[in-house]
Amino acid sequence: MAKSVVQEFTKGLWAEIPPFRLVLGLCPILAVTKSVENGFGMGMATTFVLVCSNVLISLLRNVIPKKVRIACFIVVIATFVTVVELLMQAFLYPLFLKLGIFIPLIVVNCIVLGRAEAFAAKNGTVASLADGLGMGIGYTLALSLLAAFREILGNGTFTLPLVSTVIPVFPSSYQPFTFMIEAPGAFVGLGLMLCMMNMLGKK
Amino acid sequence: MGDYIILAISCIFVNNILLMQYLGNCPFLGVSKKMDTALGMGMAVIFVLVMAGAFTWITDNYLLKPFGFEYLRTLAFILVIASLVQFVEMFLRKSIPGLYAGLGIFLPLITTNCAVMGVCLINIKEEYSFLDTLFASFSYAVGFAFALILFAGIRERMLLARVPKSLQDTSIGLIAAGILSLAFFAFKGMV
Repeated sequence: MAKSVVQEFTKGLWAEIPPFRLVLGLCPILAVTKSVENGFGMGMATTFVLVCSNVLISLLRNVIPKKVRIACFIVVIATFVTVVELLMQAFLYPLFLKLGIFIPLIVVNCIVLGRAEAFAAKNGTVASLADGLGMGIGYTLALSLLAAFREILGNGTFTLPLVSTVIPVFPSSYQPFTFMIEAPGAFVGLGLMLCMMNMLGKK
Repeated sequence: MGDYIILAISCIFVNNILLMQYLGNCPFLGVSKKMDTALGMGMAVIFVLVMAGAFTWITDNYLLKPFGFEYLRTLAFILVIASLVQFVEMFLRKSIPGLYAGLGIFLPLITTNCAVMGVCLINIKEEYSFLDTLFASFSYAVGFAFALILFAGIRERMLLARVPKSLQDTSIGLIAAGILSLAFFAFKGMV
């Protein structure tokens, strides 16, 4: 039992790491990865929603009627998203402003609904907790990685999450590669990362 | 009238929902492999988005704001959109079977399309009037369909090209989307 819980947790970190192995939840990953701080914050918010909704749905899985399950899942998820929204507004206001409409949009992030449907609706509470946590952390890692890639190239800096200290990576003579910070860079950056994951996965 | 033309250009090209605002990318990559499915999805989004825009505007202005329930916006909007999609699906199946056969499978997918929810939230944030909301929703949806159809055309051609193994499918799709997005970048500063 203990081993399987660990497995549920670790699969989210590599074997099924969300945006790469399961191509889900692309919109936020493209939109909020302009700086490491934003990417990390978005990842943490999604992790919170993912863990809470996974736990609650697995607790309720025998009560929810099969036919209306999607609607029930969405209500549960939307509730937790509202919680995150209010919490961030209270305690992390600058980050809340930067992420903008992408916080309410966690509701329609396919990862959250996807895990609820594919995992939490069929498994026990502890396993669902591990699954949600693993997936959430994997997602945060992916977001931070892409954000670091884009921010370092596009801005020449690296912003430490939470404390918002900006560390210059390149000397000030560095001509920023603005392409990476803008919309096209997001698509190309994610495409290249996906390609690298494929190359590593084959070995 | 001039204002509406500017709004349309800004929503369709300058702030294209897929390529500039990064909303609705899951269906963008999911259904863009064939031209037919891209057309179907585009039409379904236009249809639902205008209705969703109208209904969420009414909900927000006559239900949430007068009673100070703005913090429930996320929850209310997703419920409005989900039930609207369900209702549209049932209505079409009964009364316009031809259209239902065309849009059918794409309708349920729209509920979790963040473009729909995103546009509804943008409309509220920009404090559009009811007419503006209808018009902006329609223009955003047209922009979505436009980008989707363009991209499907590129992807159909890409099937003929020999792509390195690790770049195949989604990976090369994203890079192509990036280049398309770069093309849309040229519209920046037009409005």
